[in-house]
Amino acid sequence: MFTLETGSGFWNPIIWIGVIFIALLIAYVIRGFGRRDYKRDTEQTKPFLSGNVEPDKELVHLRAKNLYWGFKETLKGYYEILRKIHNGMVSDYVLWFVIIMCILFIVMGVL
Amino acid sequence: MIYNIPFIAVVLLILVGLATVIFKKNLIKIVIGITIIESGVNLFLITLGYRENSVAPIYTFAPSTKMVLPVPQALALTSIVIGVAVMALMLSIGVRIYRSYKTLDVRKMRRLRE
Amino acid sequence: MVDIIDVLLTHGPALIIAVPLFGAFLTPLISRLNDKARNIFVIAVMGLTEFIVLLLAYDIFTTNGVHTYTFGSKQPLLTLPSGYLVPVRIIFEIDGLSIFMGIIAVTLALVASIYSWSFMRKEDGLDKYYTLLLLLTTGMLGMVSTGDMFNFFVFLEITSIASAALVAFRVNKGESQEAAFKYIVLSSIGALFVLFAVAILYGQYDALNIATLANRIRYTFLDKVALVLLVASLGMKAGIVPMHMWLPDAYGEAPASVTIAIVAATQASLYALIRMCFTLYGGITSVATIGWILIILAMASIFIGVTMALLQSDFKRMIAYAAVAEIGYMVLGIGVGLALLFSRTPYSVKAIQGGIFHIINDALDVGLLFLVAGAVFYATKERLLDRLGGLARNMRYSTIFFIIGALAVAGMPPMNGFASKLLIYESTYQVSPILAVVAILASILLLAVMVKIFHSAFMGPPLVKAADVPKTMLIAMAILAALIIFFGLFPNIVVENMVKPAADALINQATYISQVLGGV
Repeated sequence: MFTLETGSGFWNPIIWIGVIFIALLIAYVIRGFGRRDYKRDTEQTKPFLSGNVEPDKELVHLRAKNLYWGFKETLKGYYEILRKIHNGMVSDYVLWFVIIMCILFIVMGVL
Repeated sequence: MIYNIPFIAVVLLILVGLATVIFKKNLIKIVIGITIIESGVNLFLITLGYRENSVAPIYTFAPSTKMVLPVPQALALTSIVIGVAVMALMLSIGVRIYRSYKTLDVRKMRRLRE
Repeated sequence: MVDIIDVLLTHGPALIIAVPLFGAFLTPLISRLNDKARNIFVIAVMGLTEFIVLLLAYDIFTTNGVHTYTFGSKQPLLTLPSGYLVPVRIIFEIDGLSIFMGIIAVTLALVASIYSWSFMRKEDGLDKYYTLLLLLTTGMLGMVSTGDMFNFFVFLEITSIASAALVAFRVNKGESQEAAFKYIVLSSIGALFVLFAVAILYGQYDALNIATLANRIRYTFLDKVALVLLVASLGMKAGIVPMHMWLPDAYGEAPASVTIAIVAATQASLYALIRMCFTLYGGITSVATIGWILIILAMASIFIGVTMALLQSDFKRMIAYAAVAEIGYMVLGIGVGLALLFSRTPYSVKAIQGGIFHIINDALDVGLLFLVAGAVFYATKERLLDRLGGLARNMRYSTIFFIIGALAVAGMPPMNGFASKLLIYESTYQVSPILAVVAILASILLLAVMVKIFHSAFMGPPLVKAADVPKTMLIAMAILAALIIFFGLFPNIVVENMVKPAADALINQATYISQVLGGV
């Protein structure tokens, strides 16, 4: 009752959880090979920024509209077209409905 | 040919209604366009029931037993009532839009774009 | 005891409409007494409806049968009175797919009413809100159980009027009124064209019953017109690109508990589209062309939905665009099944099962995400992601629920989203590899969208003050999260017992017809 039979394979979430658990166990064992002689909460655990002072988290936190800037910049042409289509007027929404109806009429052989 | 005129009128009404909704910029005119489409569909429902040389289906001692179909008349009544409710809702929403946007122009009501 | 169960099963199809309807009419009276009494009454009515729906579901899924109910005749099962060859009254016909959608509708409405206890407590005019919520439940349950075309139009209009009024509930903001106006204009035009198609079919065959029409249909020119009108209008109500533009506005501006009910209403319209294509026109081979068109539109839905989601900066609009992409997945599975309906290849049946399984998975996942968005709005009064930050410190439970919902929507194992998406990937790959490749890429982009929300709203330094939300909202979210984890860990239970009877009921058109016409 755990196994889902797709037409060409199978999917069992319990086997997946077991494999992930074994992988996490191996990661924990590898972590145990590290050095234990460090002092917590001192200069040794802070990030190193070539000697500069680490700024406040409030100032460097990336806001939502700046994330994925590279992706949006690459697809700029496509996004300009999409933004022009979604212009927010109710008459254009009905116009799209009529266009799809006409395309369906042509394809189904009515017009 | 003369019995086809209601069907041609139905198609014309629906096309006029769709053209009003698509091409007019005033909110009230869009609501009127939807009402015109609804009138066209109701006319189509009633025209389907017509039979030649028949009387209305309301008699007990009928002058002739050939009567118009009563079922589309019931369907059209229900549809008219639904149309009244929808139009009331649209106009009340339109009143509130006017209070907050100070205009009835659909091109200016675009705070929710993209 | 067995008597009561018997009565409930025989009169079940009428009770699932009558109980919420009378509850809706009694709610303004009871709210005069006390606020708490009204909330308890609404949740009790929803709970009773859920119990009857689950009872009917148990009976239909185990016996694989069809329940009919004739309104106004001496016995409920008497579809053909003596001497008649046509069914003459309004007949409700509930088969596997109908009760499957009914479970989704009433569960989401119950979760919405539990969530509204504390989410909407400070608002005004709550008696009208609960009345409209119960009417919306009635409309959705009627839309999925009816076997009569004009009755379907009436319930479609009830659902769209109730949901448009609920979208416009916060009347002080102008944006919600604009969203409600767009929603009601598009809904009413779509419904009028559905009525036009019903009138065309009635004029040709003199029948309004779906089973009778399916028996009598010959594929004339006017039937093609009716099919195109039905597919276009119901596709617009279901949110298929490029007619999807009302969806982010309506989902984004409604209060969060209303959005989850409108998700169920959108999927009920998708159910209607499936019912028209598979059962009403099921015997005609030209319906496969509609399947290919649905596949192309589904590809567009998936891609445009996901890429537009990356562009938004409002919490609920991003999730609404993710919902558009998920509708694309459902339509992809159904479209593959429809396009290959008459060749009966094994993977087309698996595609239909994947599509139907994805309907319930998407309802739960996107529903949970909208409830979390509502919780964030309740705690911080902010909806723009630019102003949120660091909510994971104080709102721990909401963060956990968001992680569960986000992993499920993006199709990550071991959640339920992965199980249904795997069925869709593997069956659409065998039609054409491009379909599966675009679907998998869109899943990864959906994960990117969820990571964007998680990073900007929940991680980082605390930029807004927040406290965790009241207990009732957490209980509502916990119900959905528990169902998601249960469906993810035991996918085979759901597919064997719920999805397979639904898909079989859809493909076997003859069972549907013979239950009403009695083997004629």
